[in-house]
Amino acid sequence: MRLLESIDIFPLILTLAAFRIGQLCQQKWKKPIFNPTLIGMMLVIAFLLATGMNTEGYTTGMRKMSWLMTPATICLAIPMYEQFQVLKKSLKAILAGVCAGALSCMLVVAAVGLLLEFEQSILISLLPKSVTTAIGVSLSELFGGMGGVTTAAIIVTGIGGNMMGPTLCKLFGITDPVAQGVAFGTSAHVIGTAKANEISELTGAASSLSLVVAGLLTAAFMPALAGLL
Amino acid sequence: MKYLSQFLRITAFTLAGELLQRVIPLPVPASVYGLILLFAALCFGVVKLEQVKDAGSFLVSILPILFVSPAVGILENWGLIHDAVIPMLLLALLSTISTFGIAGRVTQALRKKEGKDDAAA
Repeated sequence: MRLLESIDIFPLILTLAAFRIGQLCQQKWKKPIFNPTLIGMMLVIAFLLATGMNTEGYTTGMRKMSWLMTPATICLAIPMYEQFQVLKKSLKAILAGVCAGALSCMLVVAAVGLLLEFEQSILISLLPKSVTTAIGVSLSELFGGMGGVTTAAIIVTGIGGNMMGPTLCKLFGITDPVAQGVAFGTSAHVIGTAKANEISELTGAASSLSLVVAGLLTAAFMPALAGLL
Repeated sequence: MKYLSQFLRITAFTLAGELLQRVIPLPVPASVYGLILLFAALCFGVVKLEQVKDAGSFLVSILPILFVSPAVGILENWGLIHDAVIPMLLLALLSTISTFGIAGRVTQALRKKEGKDDAAA
């Protein structure tokens, strides 16, 4: 293990291999629970625990890659711009829905979290749990949360939204395709959008616009909500 | 070589985002500033879609891989959270359900009010 630990690129190779296995699982079983990031995370953790390799060594090694995160997140402006063109006429209704959804999400998390007496750092980590990981993790860390906890909560949220979404549409009587997309994108970000894309092109477009807007609004609400805790 | 010029353009927005974050005393991630700037630049035609699209789509597509290592970081926090894992999971799912319902119902109500036909994209 010492030998592998001394190889700078090893953490990257481990990550890519674990993610690739996750991707193959998803292609084979086509279920959102086989999320490549989630499987990748579990495989890397299993590898680190089984070999006794230093976790810190792994995360430090991968930090060399983390500079890619900011430009990649910025590029979410590209799908946002494309969907914005498609959905121009419904913009007001979409914005209002995303705003209500994002705000209610943070309020529910804060209220239930306080009731259950979660530690403050856990609460902060859960606040941005409905937005895309790219924005959620930086928000969490900016306000004193734990990036790892936020990432896990975000993935669980996405998988839950993806799997429950069609049932929730029936339960809440959401039949309008744009409203369905807003519901998927606001509550379950990219993983929910995958399901929205299966429903219709319009639903998918509304979902991918909503997920970016939800991220931006959550960033705007975060100081006020974190201040409440 | 088109990737190089596109990537360079994207890094310029990254630099602008990082600079804004350091100058403006608000707790906003650099990526959010950069995202808004790039979106505005696309809307006002300062940057054309095809000037960032290929490299940008590639970067967006690798985001899920970049999240593996932050997710592994949960190992380091395990001591603090292991007692609360089940309630945290339940809270994550509960808030997903409420968010889904509220976001969907609000948009649907407004779209119906505006008249579905001309509001439909």
